[in-house]
Amino acid sequence: MNEPIRFHFDVDGENFSSAGEASVTVKKRLRQLGYPPDVIRKVSVAMYEGEINMVIHAHGGEADIEVGKSEIVIILRDKGPGIANVDLAMQEGYSTARDNIRALGFGAGMGLPNMKKYTDSMHIDTEVGVGTTITMKVLL
Amino acid sequence: MKIREIKDLLQAEIVCGEDQLDREVISACCSDMMSDVLAYVKDQGVLLTGLVNAQTIRTAGMMDMVCIVFVRDKRPTDSMIELAQECGIVLMYTALRAYEASGRLYHAGLGRSTSHE
Ligand SMILES: Nc1ncnc2c1ncn2[C@@H]1O[C@H](COP(=O)(O)OP(=O)(O)OP(=O)(O)O)[C@@H](O)[C@H]1O
Ligand SMILES: [Mg+2]
Repeated sequence: MNEPIRFHFDVDGENFSSAGEASVTVKKRLRQLGYPPDVIRKVSVAMYEGEINMVIHAHGGEADIEVGKSEIVIILRDKGPGIANVDLAMQEGYSTARDNIRALGFGAGMGLPNMKKYTDSMHIDTEVGVGTTITMKVLL
Repeated sequence: MKIREIKDLLQAEIVCGEDQLDREVISACCSDMMSDVLAYVKDQGVLLTGLVNAQTIRTAGMMDMVCIVFVRDKRPTDSMIELAQECGIVLMYTALRAYEASGRLYHAGLGRSTSHE
């Protein structure tokens, strides 16, 4: 396996009920490829949190997964509102989600901290009014 | 604890996964907030929740949980049942509220060794 295996998904921001589908698909593919369960769980949970965030905070976006020899890279790109204060957003419990989002089971302010916890590195590139790109790596 | 015992303790009705009631469950989590569920890695878990949507099933699937108990008699839709079957997750519902359902499982010894300190 020399060339990395790539997956690309457009994440629909209009349809909440499909939120998380891309991550479920990635989990399935990684299983088929035979990766260890803990690696699969880390990648899929981190991607799932990011995918849901794109839907509830950023009107959708794109997800790219690269499965390489030594690491799996997850890139989530959106053209949403951006994150004004990344340090604050990274704090457990910080959320700008309103009651309508909470009623859907999200808005505990745990997503970004979970993404950091489940990956070996995470980088947030964001600009208010332009969008957010989050790059996460899980080492194999 | 077997899934069958959970069903009996909670007087629950099985929605799908009838053939998997002998699977072993060793941890439990009760929340309506999915990122809380995702914050703690526990194997062979059961999720007790009052949240009924597709993300409930996907969240449990992400964590490789084996069973979801819907409290307060909440029923999943057909598309949720389909998702659960794809993920191999047992679904059941109970008339009990989250507090009592959790209490019964805890009292019976489920997940007690995992400390939260
Ligand atoms: N892609 C994004 N675009 C814009 N803002 C974002 C994005 N992702 C996160 N945020 C901001 O960062 C905050 C914290 O995100 P985090 O995922 O930790 O919590 P949450 O999504 O509000 O709740 P939870 O993830 O627990 O359901 C969000 O409330 C939101 O304000
Ligand atoms: Mg989130």
